[in-house]
Amino acid sequence: MSCLTRTLLLMLLALAPLTNGLAQDLTAGDMKSLDGQVQEIKSDVLGIASELSNLEERLLYPSNTQVSVFVALAEKEDFRLDSVQIEINGELATHYIYSFKELEALQKGGVQRIYTGNMTTGEHQLNVTIMGKLKSGKDFTESDSFVFSKGIEPKALGLTLSGPGIQVGSW
Amino acid sequence: MRRISSSLVAVVLGACLAASPAQCEELKDLYFGEALYYAHQSDYFSALERLDSEVMQHGELDEPELGALQYHINDAEFSLGDFELRYRMHHRAGRAIKAVLEGAVDERVRNDAAYRLARIHFQKNQVDDAMRALNRIDGEVPKPIRDDVEFLRANIYLAQDKPEDSMKVFEKLQDSDSYGGFAAYNLGIAYLQDGQRSLALEQLDRAGQITTDDPAELAIRDKSNLVAGTIYLENGEQERALPYLNRVRLDGPFSNQALLSAGWASMATEQFDRAVVPWSMLAEREVTDRATQEAMLALPYAYGKLDIHGRAAVYYGRALDAFGAEVDKLNKSIDSIREGKFLEALVREEIRKSEDWVIRLRSLPETPETYYMMELLASHDFQTGLQNYLDLADLRRKLLAWEASFDSFDEMVAIRHEHYEPLLPDVDIYFRELDSRLRLRSEQHKMLVKRRDDLLTTPRPEFLATPEEQAILGRIEYIESQMANADIAFSDSFAARLKRLKGRLTWTLETEYHARLTEFDRNLRSLDQAMAVAQAEYDQYVRSRQAATHSYVGYDTPIKRLRTKARESVAKVELLMARQGRLLEVVAIEELMARRSHLENYGDKARFALADSYDRATQAQAKVTDE
Repeated sequence: MSCLTRTLLLMLLALAPLTNGLAQDLTAGDMKSLDGQVQEIKSDVLGIASELSNLEERLLYPSNTQVSVFVALAEKEDFRLDSVQIEINGELATHYIYSFKELEALQKGGVQRIYTGNMTTGEHQLNVTIMGKLKSGKDFTESDSFVFSKGIEPKALGLTLSGPGIQVGSW
Repeated sequence: MRRISSSLVAVVLGACLAASPAQCEELKDLYFGEALYYAHQSDYFSALERLDSEVMQHGELDEPELGALQYHINDAEFSLGDFELRYRMHHRAGRAIKAVLEGAVDERVRNDAAYRLARIHFQKNQVDDAMRALNRIDGEVPKPIRDDVEFLRANIYLAQDKPEDSMKVFEKLQDSDSYGGFAAYNLGIAYLQDGQRSLALEQLDRAGQITTDDPAELAIRDKSNLVAGTIYLENGEQERALPYLNRVRLDGPFSNQALLSAGWASMATEQFDRAVVPWSMLAEREVTDRATQEAMLALPYAYGKLDIHGRAAVYYGRALDAFGAEVDKLNKSIDSIREGKFLEALVREEIRKSEDWVIRLRSLPETPETYYMMELLASHDFQTGLQNYLDLADLRRKLLAWEASFDSFDEMVAIRHEHYEPLLPDVDIYFRELDSRLRLRSEQHKMLVKRRDDLLTTPRPEFLATPEEQAILGRIEYIESQMANADIAFSDSFAARLKRLKGRLTWTLETEYHARLTEFDRNLRSLDQAMAVAQAEYDQYVRSRQAATHSYVGYDTPIKRLRTKARESVAKVELLMARQGRLLEVVAIEELMARRSHLENYGDKARFALADSYDRATQAQAKVTDE
């Protein structure tokens, strides 16, 4: 019976969250104190990141020339998006190949900023090519062209992709 | 039994709190969508960075109600708290959600915020604060979180040692789609906590028979059976314990413990041959598992009881070899941790890409035997420490990359400065000339516009005379004044001639007035267009001039400030990493040393039992020979 008791004790121990309680007790306070400090430094670094982004935007993409292109998937789309290629005024702006994680993020409603650049005011031509696979397993490639007008304020273009189809909207 | 219940409840709740980040129905703000894009990839740092800026910019708008984020502002503020929570910034998360809670928001939104705040408190083990937050829920609760709220409430009651209150809530959750299996198990634990053993066993029996194919619910079903079996074993009712232990799946996470207990249950009733079956199976499993190690000793013990001392000696020998090898492994692991290899392995990029990176740690060369740390790795405090270490390593990587980018910014600003600075003085001289000319033309244009407007209300035909007509008119007026002031008299025919001439001119001016006014207006309109073009070009020029200045002026101070901040942060991060890493190493080494001591103890027992088995086997052999 002593073996059984020992077994049960072992089992209780195994189910408990911490095995070496004493060591944990000794360090739990330190862990908690460090956790607070880690949270503080995270907050500081987030602040730096935010300031740096603003600075970078001002320096690299001033508001009067800034053009950004965003990509979203149409609701309830189940096609697999493999890549998106964007040309502006006939020149390659970006060619993006999606990982599974990124595709999943788009399918859940996320919006990807795929391109940010500088354009003069006036009309510009946007060519978009998407490649992917339909639910049926068939590969598809879809291209479309759009004309957009750039004013003196920053321009944000949103591409909504479906299988197959491309819609563009200004925000 | 309290230890069992509290630890199990924590595991069950942890699994249920992993909800997905906020997702709104129709997205109207691209930047909010961008934050969600990162959040859905579990990159909460990037998500927070973007959403923080977006919410801040929205707040700074003169008319925030016209901003695109207005459609999602409640979601965005929630998401901030949510992302902070997921990025393990509980202090900020609590503040963000409290702010929503105390703002003038819709009842459903407030209730959602109260739930989230309660969840944060509960995760931080602040159960009374968690209950206070839940008690702020009043009126309509959003449907998607109704069961979440109640499940959390019941678990808080359990943590507050109020099993009766928790039972009432768990009973209502029995039919919940998302919590049915968990609530069934937790209800059993609540009965147990309340001292109602038989009701607890009935409930665990029900929870142990649920039909499901969900891996989490299957695990909780196994756990229900294991706990029920353990309770019967504790009470000396081995025969009643066995069916529950046998229900535990052989490939589930609780199978090793169930096999071990099943063996001991048979041993207690002196059915040694029945004990051999689960223990033989268990003894072949992963040698680093505690239950397996115990089974490696228990199996020859059972053979000994069956008087099969030869086989017992063989199994004791195997156990001894295995324990020796494991002690060597543990020694190497302890050395490896002391050499810093554990922390090195943690921050390897390839490891971080996998969700089960803790498991994958094992497969890396020159890393400690992390299987021995599995229980430690599963503990909340150690995991928090590990995650903090990884987060700090990420922050360090980011900060170092930014430090390099400051140099690029400086270079860019210097190049622009060198390019524009010599050009701008000449440009400015030309600009000033252009500016004065444009101002003059603009004033002239304004005067003409005013004249046209005046002519429309007060016709003045002479204003529209051609230069030639104006000259003739001036000449006539001159002659008239000469005639009036002359001492001599002019002939009547001369005066009549002059009058006729003037009449002729006046006739022309009066009769052609409307046509001339129309022509004047047409010309003025085309001048308007020309002036608009000139003004647009002027504005474009002013913007370009300003953009040139803005491209290199005013960056020195912010870059310098950011560089200092980044440098200071790197130092802080490195200090914290060293402290956090040291703490992890100490805890990990203590865990491995405890396991080593345990194995050494097993080894001593195996050595003694091996000798004893040989003796008995020899004696038995001698007895057979004698006979």
